[in-house]
Amino acid sequence: MTDTTTKTKPSGHTYEPVDGRLLDVEDLHVEFHTEEGVARAINGVSFHLDQGESLAILGESGSGKSVTAQAIMGILDMPPAVIPQGSIRYCGQDLLTMPDEQRRHVRGPEISIIFQDALSSLNPVFPVGWQIAEMFRTHRGMNKSDALDQAVRLMERVQIPAARDRVKAYPHQFSGGMRQRIMIAMAIALDPAVLIADEPTTALDVTVQAQIMSLLQELQEERQMGLILITHDLGVVADVADRIAVMYAGRLVEKANVDELYASPAHPYTRGLLESIPRLDQKGQTLAAIGGLPPNLMRIPPGCAFNPRCRMARDVCRTDVPPLREVAPGRLSACHFAEEVLDA
Amino acid sequence: MSKYVVRRLLQMIPVILGTMFLIFAMVFALPGDPTAGKCGERPCSEAYIAKYYEENNLNDPLPLRYVKYLGQVAQGDLGENQYEVPVAQDLEQRYQVTGKLALMAVGFEVVIGIAAGILSGMRKGRFVDNLVLVSTLVVISIPIFVIGAVGQYFLGVRLGWFPVTVSGDATVYQLLLPAMVLGSLSIAYVARLTRTNLSENLRSDYVRTATAKGLTRSRTVGLHALRNSMIPVVTFVGYDFGALLGGAIVTERIFNIQGVGGYIFRGIQTRDGVAVVGAVTALVIVYLFVNLLVDLLYGFLDPRISHD
Amino acid sequence: MTDTSVRQDSPTAPQQSAPEGGDAAPARSLGADARRQLARSPLFWVSAALISVFVLMAIWPSLFTTVSPNESILRESRSLPSSDAWFGRDFQGYDIYSRVIYGARASILVGIFTTTFTVLVGGMIGTLAAYNGGWIDGIISRITDMFFAVPFILGAILFMSALADSFTSYFGVIFKVVLALTIFGWPSLARLMRSSVLTVLPNDYIRATKALGASPWRIIRSHIIPNAMGPMIVVATINLGAYIAAEATLSFLGIGLTPPVVSWGVMINDSIVGLRTTPHMILFPSLFLSLTVLAFIMLGDAVRDAFDPKSR
Repeated sequence: MTDTTTKTKPSGHTYEPVDGRLLDVEDLHVEFHTEEGVARAINGVSFHLDQGESLAILGESGSGKSVTAQAIMGILDMPPAVIPQGSIRYCGQDLLTMPDEQRRHVRGPEISIIFQDALSSLNPVFPVGWQIAEMFRTHRGMNKSDALDQAVRLMERVQIPAARDRVKAYPHQFSGGMRQRIMIAMAIALDPAVLIADEPTTALDVTVQAQIMSLLQELQEERQMGLILITHDLGVVADVADRIAVMYAGRLVEKANVDELYASPAHPYTRGLLESIPRLDQKGQTLAAIGGLPPNLMRIPPGCAFNPRCRMARDVCRTDVPPLREVAPGRLSACHFAEEVLDA
Repeated sequence: MSKYVVRRLLQMIPVILGTMFLIFAMVFALPGDPTAGKCGERPCSEAYIAKYYEENNLNDPLPLRYVKYLGQVAQGDLGENQYEVPVAQDLEQRYQVTGKLALMAVGFEVVIGIAAGILSGMRKGRFVDNLVLVSTLVVISIPIFVIGAVGQYFLGVRLGWFPVTVSGDATVYQLLLPAMVLGSLSIAYVARLTRTNLSENLRSDYVRTATAKGLTRSRTVGLHALRNSMIPVVTFVGYDFGALLGGAIVTERIFNIQGVGGYIFRGIQTRDGVAVVGAVTALVIVYLFVNLLVDLLYGFLDPRISHD
Repeated sequence: MTDTSVRQDSPTAPQQSAPEGGDAAPARSLGADARRQLARSPLFWVSAALISVFVLMAIWPSLFTTVSPNESILRESRSLPSSDAWFGRDFQGYDIYSRVIYGARASILVGIFTTTFTVLVGGMIGTLAAYNGGWIDGIISRITDMFFAVPFILGAILFMSALADSFTSYFGVIFKVVLALTIFGWPSLARLMRSSVLTVLPNDYIRATKALGASPWRIIRSHIIPNAMGPMIVVATINLGAYIAAEATLSFLGIGLTPPVVSWGVMINDSIVGLRTTPHMILFPSLFLSLTVLAFIMLGDAVRDAFDPKSR
């Protein structure tokens, strides 16, 4: 593989998936070394993503879901972040051992990301069109006016009204939903194979949330992207995701197809999350919430990290870390008593 | 935009009038006999003094004198100094010197201050950062006249790197050391301001976006982070220009520079009210216009500020 | 260098008006959090210790030296530091160590009084402008601009010259310097206070208090001032050092404090001609002056860090 950074295959991508497999995250660990101590943000996470597939990563804040996304993108600040173990393979290439310059060319054309807060994520002093066009100018070497034309085309694609007139406007001149559309336009500009959406709708109104989610779904189907949806909100991902991975304290605790997971969770934590969603058919009943708080990542409890909050916790849960294992066909759970949870 | 400029200019009129009155009142309250030294060694004759007071409206109450002075200034006449040289003519020459000095100081501020700030901001907590932090703190705490005198002695007299004094034409070479001294405090402030803003912006979400876009590190830092960090720095440098003009009074005295500062200072010592009022007023007007320019520039640098 | 007070707020003031700052965090009042942060800061302890020493020097100079600052031994004029006179002697044969100790008083007095007055005047005027708004704000702001337009050190020089022949006693001269620095120092604090009150005003707790019918005086005293004072405290601390430096500059130019008042600025002015042959004469007063200024700047930094952890 000589000079993979400049050669572009007919698909527009430098790398080709092997058997449709885009991403393979294997036993990923991420630590943050701070003055107060070492925070273990991710403790052995493995998952994969295929072409055209949507994977939702679900978890509370501090569960390590955003850190996972940033590790894949290669935008963690290192230091303080350290990746002591694990691999992230994109089309068979390990991103973690890739030279910086080569990896830079992965960001944007191959894998790209949308953040939660589009206002702060867009540079306030440059016009939005310019910021989208920067993708073409950096990675495609396009001239200014061609790149701006492309930006207009993308703004039209994400349904920004009067795109040609607004291409020179600044981020603060748009509404929250429109700004997130601009982020999306920027992220899909170079037709990436993988799109990561990190809480894309958390900062938005409910009606706008639905519009953004359907836009993402539409774009994903149109371009056959692999989509990773990171969220704390089960409701948001239900319609879009194919598979769900639930994270707790830097570990995956459950993996399943979306329908099966909704129908019968295989981990007490997932069950708690489902029970805490208000439902119209259970009006009048008390909403179940998970008691307690997520653990401090500098002092993750021994055994199953969820044990202090788990109603089912027994002695073994306080000593042995439950492995993520197949508990039913296609169902993975990291609970010593997953079968009990499933049957309940 | 043009509406904003007009409004600002209109607001400036009462400010200029008020500031001028303030200066006028202070200068003409200067103690001492304004005719002293007018008639050689001897005291002036009664008749001369009476005539002098009459001609210079010195018998009128202060507000009336001020109005008369304004009328005179409005016709472009700043009066004559003690030696009967028109003040405007003096100032034209002196402002060239002080203007050059202040602009060179701004140049040092921008080049050295921003460069040190970038180095320090990008390597926060490292050796360079600590070096910049400590050295700026030292510069900030040592009074400028000590820096000036010591710099003049060591760099000028002992090492002979720079000229020790400045001649009448004040060449760029001669002004190098004085400009560095005049700008030293501002250089330190610019370095600290750049550092704080840059390191804050480097942690911002949009810089993370820029990295995620696959931009080179130099483009991410040099364009995205720096462009935002420069907004407060440019504003500071602009506002600082007036302070530099005022600070020139000390620097010009140390290096014996024939600029406005020295002119004002000598005017105060010799009770030459007309010269002092004219020089200070010109300085204040320059300052106010530079401030207006900076405010306009601010709106241009930061699209979130609207001047409508 | 004496323009620190003028410079402090200029770069930050216009930012306040930036719309949509996201979560424009309201200025926190003197929280226990900030105090705990201060107690852990070595910067704070070092500067506080330095300041305590200088203040003690100002109050009680005889604690540090038994030699009178006006005791002249002419035949030992310009002598180098020795066990007899630790910092050596100046042209007049005065003991430099003793004079440096006695010189602290003028600097500390000028610094503390000027800071107090500028904070009071600037704070009051800035609050009035912001609270009332409208034409009152317009007029106050224009008056502030008038004083602001005169470069700080230049205005002080003019004022001191105008009053050169009045108030010539020790405290008279100090009072004059304080007055000069206050007259041209308050506008920057008024601008700062105005902008920080403007950021506090739209908060819900202020509106609620207004809706409950509290008097304007009460709202200002118990809700606005405590919440808007943060930036003022930081800038005022740093300015205290700047005012001391300004006083020294005036004395250096020969129009501030004058002999027989013992002052660091006067000492530096007197010894500058001897820079080549007797550098010790300029070294010690400069050192003390710089250390005092430095101590207040560091204290200001420590206070700011405690209030705004983001800036670290």
